[in-house]
Amino acid sequence: MQLRDILRYALRALGAHRLRCVLMLVAMGIGVASVVLLTALGDGARRFVLDEFAALGTNLLIVVPGRSETTGAAPPLMGETPRDLTIDDAVALLRNTSIARIAPINVGAAAVSFGAREREATIIGSTHDFLHVRNLTMRRGSFLPPLEPDRAAAVCVLGETIRAELFGAREAVGEQLRVGDRRFRVVGVVGSSGESIGLDLDEMVVIPIASAQQLFDTSSLFRIMIEARRREDLPRAEQAILATIRARHDGEDDVTVIRQDSVLGTFDKILRALTFAVAGIAAISLIVAGILIQNVMLVAVSQRTTEIGLLKALGAPPRRILAIFLTEAVALAAVGASCGVLVGEACVFAMRAAFPRIPAAAPWWAIGAALVVAIGAGVVFGILPARRAARLDPVQALARR
Amino acid sequence: MIELAKLCRIFVVGDQRVHALRDVDLTIERGEYLSLMGPSGSGKSTLLNAIGLLDRPTSGSYRLDGHEVATLDEEERARVRRETIGFVFQFFHLIPRLSARENVELPLVLAGVDSGTRRKKVVGALEAAGITDRAGHRPDQLSGGQRQRVAIARALILEPEIILADEPTGNLDRASGLEVLELIEKSNANGIAVIIVTHDPEIGRRARRRVRMDDGAIVADVDGSG
Repeated sequence: MQLRDILRYALRALGAHRLRCVLMLVAMGIGVASVVLLTALGDGARRFVLDEFAALGTNLLIVVPGRSETTGAAPPLMGETPRDLTIDDAVALLRNTSIARIAPINVGAAAVSFGAREREATIIGSTHDFLHVRNLTMRRGSFLPPLEPDRAAAVCVLGETIRAELFGAREAVGEQLRVGDRRFRVVGVVGSSGESIGLDLDEMVVIPIASAQQLFDTSSLFRIMIEARRREDLPRAEQAILATIRARHDGEDDVTVIRQDSVLGTFDKILRALTFAVAGIAAISLIVAGILIQNVMLVAVSQRTTEIGLLKALGAPPRRILAIFLTEAVALAAVGASCGVLVGEACVFAMRAAFPRIPAAAPWWAIGAALVVAIGAGVVFGILPARRAARLDPVQALARR
Repeated sequence: MIELAKLCRIFVVGDQRVHALRDVDLTIERGEYLSLMGPSGSGKSTLLNAIGLLDRPTSGSYRLDGHEVATLDEEERARVRRETIGFVFQFFHLIPRLSARENVELPLVLAGVDSGTRRKKVVGALEAAGITDRAGHRPDQLSGGQRQRVAIARALILEPEIILADEPTGNLDRASGLEVLELIEKSNANGIAVIIVTHDPEIGRRARRRVRMDDGAIVADVDGSG
C-alpha cells in the first residue's frame, strides 16, 4: 500500500471523530508549547545575565585575600591570611606584560560632613587608575590625580547622591569636606554608573588609598582590581598574579583571583542547566499526552472492529493494518506537536513584545527535542493499539453489525 | 479449484468443545454456482469462513488451485484472500465515512495500485453494478439494495476466482434482494464461482448445485445442472 494512501486513510479516519482529534491535538500541543515557552524564558534569562555581565567589561580580574576552597562561592569577605595584601604587592603586579592597570582598593565607613550637613558614608580608597578599571565617567571636575599609590593626598571624589545630600544645588568641586577627622578637597563628582557587582558609587566617597590607610589605620588591602591587556591575556594574567603574590608571601597561596569571565562561565552553566531541567519537566507532559493518544487509539480500535475485520477480509495483511493504525497515532502526535510549536512561538513573540529587555527565544535544540519526543511518544504509545488491531480475529469482528 | 478433505473445526466455548465442522469433504470446480443451506448452527457460515481463509481449520486439508492453504501463515493467507476471494456480507460492511466510490476503491488501495489505474477500474465496476449515479454518496445515504451492490462491486474489483456470499439478501426487501442476486449471478455467468449461504429455500433453489448441512456435516449435495 502506498505511503500516500496510508496517510490519506489514516487522516480520513481521524477526521471522522473531530472533537476527539482536537482534544488529542490540544493535549500534545500544550506539552510542546510549554517546552518552547519555558526554554525560551530560561535561555532568555541566561542571555540577559550574560549580556549585562559582558557590558561591564570582561578584562577584569579581582584579587581577594584568603584562599577560597569552594568553587563558585564567593571568597570570604576578610580572608584568614597570614600575610596582608599590600600596596607594594599591587604595584609588583604591574611588572607583568599581560596586566595593563591595577587599582588597589580599601573600604571603610566614616562620617562625612560639610558645614551643618553630615552623614555616614562608605569610603573607598583607591588610585587614579580606578577610573579606567571601572569604566567610570566624571560628571564634574576630575578623578583622583595620578599619584604614586603610597602617597596620601587630601583630595576626594563624590558620588552623585552624596553630593546632592551635602551640597544641594551648590557646586561641590573645590569645597572642603570633613571625612572622619580629616579634611579633603572635592576634585570631582562621579557620573551615575548604577550598581555593578555590589559597589554603588553614587553613595560613596573616593579618596587616595594611602589616605584611606591612614584614616582607617591599616596597611592591608581589601581588594586589588586588575585590568588585563586583552581578553586573551586573562589566563596568563591570572597565573602571573598568583605567582607574584606567592613569591612575595613566602611561598603561600593565600589569595584568590576571580576572573570576570569565569563568573560569566559559572552563570552560563547554571542557567543552562536550569533551562535543561525546565525543558525536561515540560517534556513529561509529552509522555502523558502520548499515553492519552494510546487510550484514544485503544477505544478507536474497539469501536472499529468491523472495519478491521473487513480490511482483513479484503486481504490486508496484519502488517498493513498495524501500519494504518500506527500512522493514525503518529499523525496525531505530529500535528499536535507542530501546532504546539506554533502556539509556543507565538507566546514567545508576545513575551518579547512585553519584555523587550529579555531576549527570549526558544533554542533550536529545545524545539527539535520536543518534536522528537512528541513523535516518539506517538510511535511508542501507538504500537499497542495498532498490534491489537492487527491481531483481531476477523470472524468475530465481522459477526457484529 | 477448491478441494476440502476431512476438514474439522472445533470451537472451545467455556469448557465445552463445539464441533462446528466434522470431517467435511467438498470439491468445487471453477465457475460453479453453489448454495449452502441448513438450520442454524449447522456450520454453513463456519464452512464459508474456512473456504474464505478467514478462519483456520483445526485439522484437515484445504487445497486451493492445487496448493495447500490450511497451513499458510497470516501474511500469505491475506495475499490469497486478496487475489482469489471476494466477500459479500449480510450486513454489507461498508466503511461509513467513505463514499460508495471510495468503498469500491478500497481493495485496490490496499493492494498498492496507483490512483490512475484505480480510477479506471472503479468507474467500470460501478457501471457494471448499476450505481454510477450514486457513486459520490456515503453508505448512510444509500438504500439497502444500493449498499449491497456497492459491496458486490467491491468484491469483484480485484477479479477474484470465487465470490463467497453469506446471506446477501438477509437485510433486503424482496425486490432489492432479487436485483442483488441477479448481479451475483451475472458475475457467475462471467466465470466466477459463487457460493451463497442462505436459509431461504427459494434463493437456495436458484443455484445449480445445492449443498445441505446439518450439525457440522454435509448431508445432501444435489447437482441440478443438466
